[in-house]
Amino acid sequence: MKRFLTAALFFVGLLLIWQVLYSLKLWSPVLVPAPLDVARFIWDYTFNPGSAEFPNDSRWKLFRAAGITLKRLIIGYLIGLSAGVPIGMATARMRALRDTVGVLALGLQGLPSVCWVPLALLWFGQNESAMLFVVIMGTLWSVILATETGVRNVNPIYVRAAATMGSKRLHTLTRVILPASLPFIVSGMKQGWAFAWRSLMAAEIYVTILTGFGLGHLLHYGRELNAMEQVIGVMLVIVGIGVAADKILFSPWENFLHRRWGTSG
Amino acid sequence: MAPRPDPAPLMTLQQELAPIAPAKLAVEEVSKTFRTGKRVVHALDRVSLQVGEGEFVCLVGPSGCGKSTLLNIIAGLERPDAGRILSGGVPVGGPGRDRMVMFQEHALFPWLDVMDNLMFGLKLKPGLKDSERREVAMYYLNLVGLERFSTANIHELSGGMKQRIALARALAPNPKVLLMDEPFAALDALTREQLYGDIQRIWLERKKTIVFVTHNVREAACLGDRVVLFSPNPGRVQEEFRVDLPRPRDINSAELAAHSTKIMRALKGHLETTEEPAE
Repeated sequence: MKRFLTAALFFVGLLLIWQVLYSLKLWSPVLVPAPLDVARFIWDYTFNPGSAEFPNDSRWKLFRAAGITLKRLIIGYLIGLSAGVPIGMATARMRALRDTVGVLALGLQGLPSVCWVPLALLWFGQNESAMLFVVIMGTLWSVILATETGVRNVNPIYVRAAATMGSKRLHTLTRVILPASLPFIVSGMKQGWAFAWRSLMAAEIYVTILTGFGLGHLLHYGRELNAMEQVIGVMLVIVGIGVAADKILFSPWENFLHRRWGTSG
Repeated sequence: MAPRPDPAPLMTLQQELAPIAPAKLAVEEVSKTFRTGKRVVHALDRVSLQVGEGEFVCLVGPSGCGKSTLLNIIAGLERPDAGRILSGGVPVGGPGRDRMVMFQEHALFPWLDVMDNLMFGLKLKPGLKDSERREVAMYYLNLVGLERFSTANIHELSGGMKQRIALARALAPNPKVLLMDEPFAALDALTREQLYGDIQRIWLERKKTIVFVTHNVREAACLGDRVVLFSPNPGRVQEEFRVDLPRPRDINSAELAAHSTKIMRALKGHLETTEEPAE
């Protein structure tokens, strides 16, 4: 409870400072909108059915945009993850693969994943496939490398102990090597998520994806309209999604690692 | 509805928990060499050894004498270059549930809790229902006195407790042979003494053939019916000692000291004769 109060106090303080800065009118309200303006934007884009004056039904616009973005992100991420883990395990265990696919992964992981955007647009066009491709490229290489490192760091005694208990190939792979490399895989998952999220946002902001307007599009549109409350409002939603992803996707894994391995973090 | 007969012959819990006849082990002319770069190490040179049913044999010797290698070969984790191992008359071709190993490191899986560590091997053993497997696991947790820790995480246990759980995990599939590779070497003296008591009690209760590798001569004399002294370069059986003391034995007793002194003298004497030419 005390921790919650501390955090609440901190963020209320931030809002207050923001409000004070706005009230001092140091900058034009076009550049620094009031917190309430931002809140109103979020409200409008969630609940406002429009009126006679402004017959513009903007209900759930923010949610729809977030949904489109999240769909791209989650589908691409899951594909990257479910391909990356087995590939990483294979590269760890086969020297030939490590010298080929492993080196490729190392090289491409160093490439900022936003660099895939131009290629994806030329290959696929301004559509969902291009976005999926960008997200997958952001996820895949990190996951491959982390899994490979994890598998190669598995204490061989676990495999030997499992062998004496009757564990063989696939059983050993899925019940011993995979869980034993989990600490590495989870950090690779987090990195892959971060890369995918950033590159997807970049792609959505700079290119109009004709098959669906995501959060990045909304953000970009806010700039075109000089609507700072929209820019900041969408940014807040993006931050919120990042925090939620951390809590929903990664916290359970990290708690598991913390509980079982006794590591702090 | 009439009860259907089970398709697979299910083992009853009583059968599973009953001590099974321990296997006789035969090591026949086993040789093993390791090459590391240009160096060739003759870890084992035509070693033969018979271990009787239910016998507790300790292998001692200086490091590099091949005693751990022999244990791994008996376990089926390594292959000999020549010779073979018979377990209960059957040639060993790989790891098997009839021969379980306890390692110097506990080798418990940190991603599983205590109960699931014991269940790992039991789940791989056919013919039991899952509820029965849990009962078997609890039986062995009881045997090592840690039934209260069934849901504990591995990192929460002390070193001695970890080795007790590792012992329970090795016993759980009810092997005929238990192979122990310096299992107490990393523990403090007090914990070790408790475990000497435990292992003797469990050995008497569960009737296993045990091969126990150690470099601690006193430990070997305390635990073994027989102590086999290995010599290094190449690894060979140098001498055997019978320890005919009643059990349970106390590691601090004078009779035991007499035995261990005798073995120690043989070990040192051999080291001197082999190390002199090197100077």
